[in-house]
Amino acid sequence: MSLKIKLSGALLAAAMSATALSGAFAAEDTIKIGVLHSLSGTMAISETTLKDAVLMLVEEQNKKGGVLGKKLEAVVVDPASDWPLFAEKARDLIAKDKVSAVFGCWTSSSRKSVLPVFEELNSILFYPVQYEGEESSRNIFYTGAAPNQQAIPAVDYLLEEEGVKRFVLEGTDYVYPRTTNKILEAYLISKGIPKEDILINYTPFGFSDWQTEVAKIKEFGSAGKKAAVVSTVNGDANVPFYKELGNQGIKATDIPVVAFSVGEEELAGLDTKPLVGHLAAWNYFQSVEADANAEFIKTWHAYTKNDKRVTNDPMEATFIGFNAWVKAVEAAGTTETDKVLDSLIGVSVPNLSGGYSTVMPNHHITKPVLIGEIQEDGQFSIVKQTAQVVGDEWSDFLPDSKDLISDWRAPMSCGNFNVAAGKCGGKGK
Amino acid sequence: MLKLLFKTWFLCLALAFGGQAFAQTASSDLFNQLGKANFADAEKIVVELAKSGDTKIVPALEALGAGDLYLRKEDGKVFVAKGSGATLTLTDPASGEAAGEAPKGALTKIKVNNTLRRAINSALGGLTLMSPDKATRLSAAQAVIKSPSGEMLALLETALAAESDAGVRKVMEEARAVSLMSSDRPLEDKKTAIQTIREIGGRDAIGILRAALPAADASLKPDIEKAITGIEDSLKLWDMGQNVVYGLSLGSVLLLAAIGLAITFGVMGVINMAHGEMVMIGAYSTFIVQDVIRTHAPGLFDWSLAIALPVAFVITGAVGFAIERGVIRFLYGRPLETLLATWGISLILQQTVRSIFGPTNREVGNPSWMSGSFQLGGLAITSNRLWIIAFSMAVFLALLVLLKRSSFGLMMRAVTQNRRMASSMGIRTPWVDAFTFALGSGIAGLAGVALSQIDNVSPNLGQSYIIDSFMVVVFGGVGNLWGTLVGALSLGILNKFLEPYVGAVLGKILVLVLIILFIQKRPRGLFALKGRAVES
Repeated sequence: MSLKIKLSGALLAAAMSATALSGAFAAEDTIKIGVLHSLSGTMAISETTLKDAVLMLVEEQNKKGGVLGKKLEAVVVDPASDWPLFAEKARDLIAKDKVSAVFGCWTSSSRKSVLPVFEELNSILFYPVQYEGEESSRNIFYTGAAPNQQAIPAVDYLLEEEGVKRFVLEGTDYVYPRTTNKILEAYLISKGIPKEDILINYTPFGFSDWQTEVAKIKEFGSAGKKAAVVSTVNGDANVPFYKELGNQGIKATDIPVVAFSVGEEELAGLDTKPLVGHLAAWNYFQSVEADANAEFIKTWHAYTKNDKRVTNDPMEATFIGFNAWVKAVEAAGTTETDKVLDSLIGVSVPNLSGGYSTVMPNHHITKPVLIGEIQEDGQFSIVKQTAQVVGDEWSDFLPDSKDLISDWRAPMSCGNFNVAAGKCGGKGK
Repeated sequence: MLKLLFKTWFLCLALAFGGQAFAQTASSDLFNQLGKANFADAEKIVVELAKSGDTKIVPALEALGAGDLYLRKEDGKVFVAKGSGATLTLTDPASGEAAGEAPKGALTKIKVNNTLRRAINSALGGLTLMSPDKATRLSAAQAVIKSPSGEMLALLETALAAESDAGVRKVMEEARAVSLMSSDRPLEDKKTAIQTIREIGGRDAIGILRAALPAADASLKPDIEKAITGIEDSLKLWDMGQNVVYGLSLGSVLLLAAIGLAITFGVMGVINMAHGEMVMIGAYSTFIVQDVIRTHAPGLFDWSLAIALPVAFVITGAVGFAIERGVIRFLYGRPLETLLATWGISLILQQTVRSIFGPTNREVGNPSWMSGSFQLGGLAITSNRLWIIAFSMAVFLALLVLLKRSSFGLMMRAVTQNRRMASSMGIRTPWVDAFTFALGSGIAGLAGVALSQIDNVSPNLGQSYIIDSFMVVVFGGVGNLWGTLVGALSLGILNKFLEPYVGAVLGKILVLVLIILFIQKRPRGLFALKGRAVES
């Protein structure tokens, strides 16, 4: 009896050490990365594509032999468009699954929700979407556009090429449009546009009845000066907005609309014939003529087994972030967070518009800004491309943040260094 | 740049001396320069081309605007290239003669931007003023109004002298008046021009006058200002009417979304959180129908919505029937559980659609008779909205007739008013319940067909309408179709009158607050049901 127990005990122990060993072995064998994108709920419309993009990049990297001689393994979770759930899932990914880095989030609310988790557990998040700036975290890399990498060059285009004198800043009522419009208003005034020639207007999420708003735009446009709309209208509300513009006969040659949230993916659900000539500003369009882009599109079509699937800007940002991480890990020779954080700064990887993007000390990247006009086939014709622009986390056009800079290199290692006061911390003053 | 100027100067000289053949080589040379020009130079070239007055280049300019003008890489010549597939048919832009074929890879598209597109439109306007086709002349005159210039004046006057059609004449007169403002004609002419512009009316006229105001002669300024205020005054009245139209159209959308709920929630008392998903499934049915038509019978596309209506009704009706038989019938009399169960169903349906069709929007096209807008006095009415108003009224009336005049309607009313009595009379109440729920769902499906024309077709479509639908039904009075009608229209109009003053966000909040206050006063809504049904 007692022998039996002992025996089984020994067996159990052996079994346990074996599993522990194999567990350890498995952990040695792969490097895990987390994918934190909503696959259900309202944001699934945009985020599902990015999940697919990360999985494709992982597969491609594994074909090349993985990283540090180990295969990559993606851990996919579904935070279901629920901001608090993002934080929980992030905690799971870092603490339970022990992932080395996370690719994820779309809305600013979701990023704000996970930020404390990443700082507390000291992990790395790559955030691939254009956002309002005014943030810099030691643990987050912002590969999407800051306002100066999208909004300001777009307004410059309107001022210079289209000769626009009156601006409607139309947005959905939440943090990204409100901050962006504040920056744009300050910028326009600095360019000599009088305040009465700027109309700022907000609509609720998922707004679908645009009749009055479009009529208001039309009225604002009939002041004898060339007018344009700068739209930070969010995802779902765009389709009815553009449909109403088309129906009320506002053509791009009359009042052009330049949008920051409308890309190839959004246009896929739309008849684009009445929209030809309306603009969008991004750092990447599928129509970019570059070898790297052609290759990327080919891989994407093969991976999704659908040669109609479009590519878009947040996918490029994911691509840049992923490759930067791979390069930094190889350079550091480890996936340990602190070492990777150090080696990420200064890493330069090819982007899809034919150049290189470099990770800057403020955890933003350099990339060119492209202005595109909507075409009948739902693609964009690129009408302007700027030189490389460095992402500016603290806008120079807001009184609160114009003195702040961010530099995560030692010895400064600060996300909000006040140049005027000469010390780290605090907004403004 | 200098080179270009020199060339143009040379060309002008050439034009002055040479004949037709010379002009042609001139414009063919200009076209070839387009291949390498940037947007600003291209604009100058287009203006230059327009000056040639050669109507042969009209198709080529149109092609440039439409993105059909290409540069042949091997010799840097520019051609109009059309066709689908890998090989395109080339046409010489200057002469309009066929110029063989070329593979797509050997050609580069000449890009246009909005500024260039405007230049092209105005060039085309000038060139086609004398076209034999009436519609072309009309659009030419309209193009001149959009981009007036004093240089057009002589051309316009020749065209006017030759014009016989009264409608086109009127637009040309307006174009002449608009162009006159930016010319150096005597002040007397300008004064009459201001009057003509005033008669055009509308926002466009205000825009033209305001643009002319800063540069105008001091003696003209009072006239212009008077004209502007005159137009503005008449617009104010029309604006009121316009708000009513907007409100009616929003109201009809609300009515469509809510009318199915008026049956399932209003008549049956089921708190149906999956109602929005029925609307969504109806919209997806439209997408499927259009998809089949696009691949198999493209000629039928204009009929796609008419075909989609019965399809959507049957599909959503069947789904509703299954939900009632499978879930809801076990939960009658337990509103809280019904609420949770139907909410669960709504999530399941959303995710199912997302798995089948993908999370992104699906494109549902507008048939040609539902696109565009027309003017009715000072009111701008968009066709799709007008059709939706008509459609929602038709659905409402059909439902009313069904409830009041058919035997099924009679049974339905009997069951909802007194279930036990109806059952005693031999009505199979469980089946009446199932079919009533199916009817409500089917009508939500019809709403989906209509909403697919103005909103996203995505798995989230239903969510944005569910709150509004409950609001309308509760406000109008539960169990009363007329209440739903009046409720929807008054909420729509109220919303649209608030929006211009307080903005869309605050407007929505105010409406919600007003409804809450109203429900405090009249808990049963606008039209409260009386009688036995109220007690149960």
